Amino acid sequence: MLKLVNINKYYNAGTVNEMCLFQDFNLSVEEGQFVSVVGSNGSGKTSMLNIICGSIPVDSGAIYIGNENITHMPEFRRQRRIGRVYQNPAMGTCPHMTILENMALADNKGKPFNLRRGTNKKRVDYYRENLKALGLGLEDKLHVKVGVLSGGQRQAMALLMSTMTPIEFLILDEHTAALDPKTAEIIMELTGKVVKEKKLTTIMVTHNLRYAVEYGDRLLMMHQGQAVIDQAGEKKAAIRIEDLLERFNAISIECGN
Amino acid sequence: MTLLLGVLEEGLIYAVMALGVYITYKILDFPDLSVDSTFPLGAALTASALLAGVNPALTLFFSFAAGALAGCATGLIHVKLKVRDLLSGIIVMTGLYSLNLRIAGGRANVPVFTQDTIFENPFLADHVPGGLAPYAAVLILLLITAVCKVLLDLYLNTRSGYLLRAVGDNESLVTSLAKDKGTVKIVGLAIANGFSSLAGSVYCQHKGFFEISVGTGTIVIGLASVIIGIQLLCPENGVSFLTRLGLPHVRPTTAVIVGSIVYKACISLAISMGMEANDLKLITSLLFLVILVVSTERRKKVKPHA
Repeated sequence: MLKLVNINKYYNAGTVNEMCLFQDFNLSVEEGQFVSVVGSNGSGKTSMLNIICGSIPVDSGAIYIGNENITHMPEFRRQRRIGRVYQNPAMGTCPHMTILENMALADNKGKPFNLRRGTNKKRVDYYRENLKALGLGLEDKLHVKVGVLSGGQRQAMALLMSTMTPIEFLILDEHTAALDPKTAEIIMELTGKVVKEKKLTTIMVTHNLRYAVEYGDRLLMMHQGQAVIDQAGEKKAAIRIEDLLERFNAISIECGN
Repeated sequence: MTLLLGVLEEGLIYAVMALGVYITYKILDFPDLSVDSTFPLGAALTASALLAGVNPALTLFFSFAAGALAGCATGLIHVKLKVRDLLSGIIVMTGLYSLNLRIAGGRANVPVFTQDTIFENPFLADHVPGGLAPYAAVLILLLITAVCKVLLDLYLNTRSGYLLRAVGDNESLVTSLAKDKGTVKIVGLAIANGFSSLAGSVYCQHKGFFEISVGTGTIVIGLASVIIGIQLLCPENGVSFLTRLGLPHVRPTTAVIVGSIVYKACISLAISMGMEANDLKLITSLLFLVILVVSTERRKKVKPHA
């Protein structure tokens, strides 16, 4: 279980540009839950993910995984239990390394990075199988550098790589936003499949309201550092895109846009 | 012939250092100026050790270790104290200057002509046939450089080596792999400066003296070698002439060694065309400028087709 307790986060504290993002923000995500998060720009969606992953510090408050307080755990140490896919497809892979080398890197997560061979030859078939399941023909390009692949192919690899070793949480940061509609669809289907297969606790930030409605068993709408909609289970299943749009419009008018 | 041998010898000595610069500049993307001081560090250490009667081959290992330590210092200053990469290198470079003088016994110039070195010792005198003697130095240098290159190639294919390549390529991936990117950078800098110091040790034994100013401009020589080699033999975008000729692909490490020899050949060409030895640093920097300009020109031409 993941818990954010009384999180406070200010940007540019002490200056005229001081901006309060989170004030006593609380969130708790049950094990195995798939949470879709929507919200306008600057509502705190990505900041929330960054706080969970440790990319940015909090001013006060606490973050728990189960009973363990991870508030002051450095980012890289948290990543042992977290897999993250970013909006930018380039963030999840190494462009100058080959597909095979990238897969081997991801496969070694959690193991010591010592002087043993980087690519375990016995695992190559396993990698090939995994890549084949993507249906993008990557299994025949094992020795091609990832830098020459398209954004969609890279994002598919990033998703595969981040979920290759046992993890507890999957953090998806608008991971389909930079892709064309068809590729986005493929990646999204893949995401649903992986989450179901590995029973991952997932938090997905998206601007695609349809994905937010279709996927996941809980939906959050963020606005000014607060969750203005937070529905799970049957109530979440009943939410339609129109409901979300209506709420978006109401918020816009409230803000004077 | 002597000229050619001279170029090869110089090129091979500096090639070891260039391998280190390849790690920092190409793999880590870290402009590391500390090599300017770790090169003389190896030379100073070797000069003192030889005078103290240490086995010449052992000094190579000591020098590597000392250079690695200095590289760690640069890395720690950058990673733990959050000083900018260029400045961390400058701090270590400046500080080591004094330390190098101390290691050399407070003298700016230490001759070791009379001592046994890896190039001149009783063992070689007994075992190398007379006909081979003029080539002995080149062969020894070739052996040292080849061992360094092969070890580096092997290392880059280990798990740790993968991580090193990943950190220069995409830092956030290293974090995603639950590894501290800072530690990886420190390891990379340590290896790079180890190579630089090792090259300094070889230089000292080859020339027969230590001189405090030998390190000045080391980074320029290293960068020039890396850029020439990579541009010539394995350019990142575009096809090298090797592929056009149907020859097999070479590893970047090989390219760097070739680059170092080509660079030294250019320098020696300039000198044989009538430039004075005093102009050496000027030639070095001007040649580097030309290389930089030419290599960016080519990149522009290639891009539209890429």
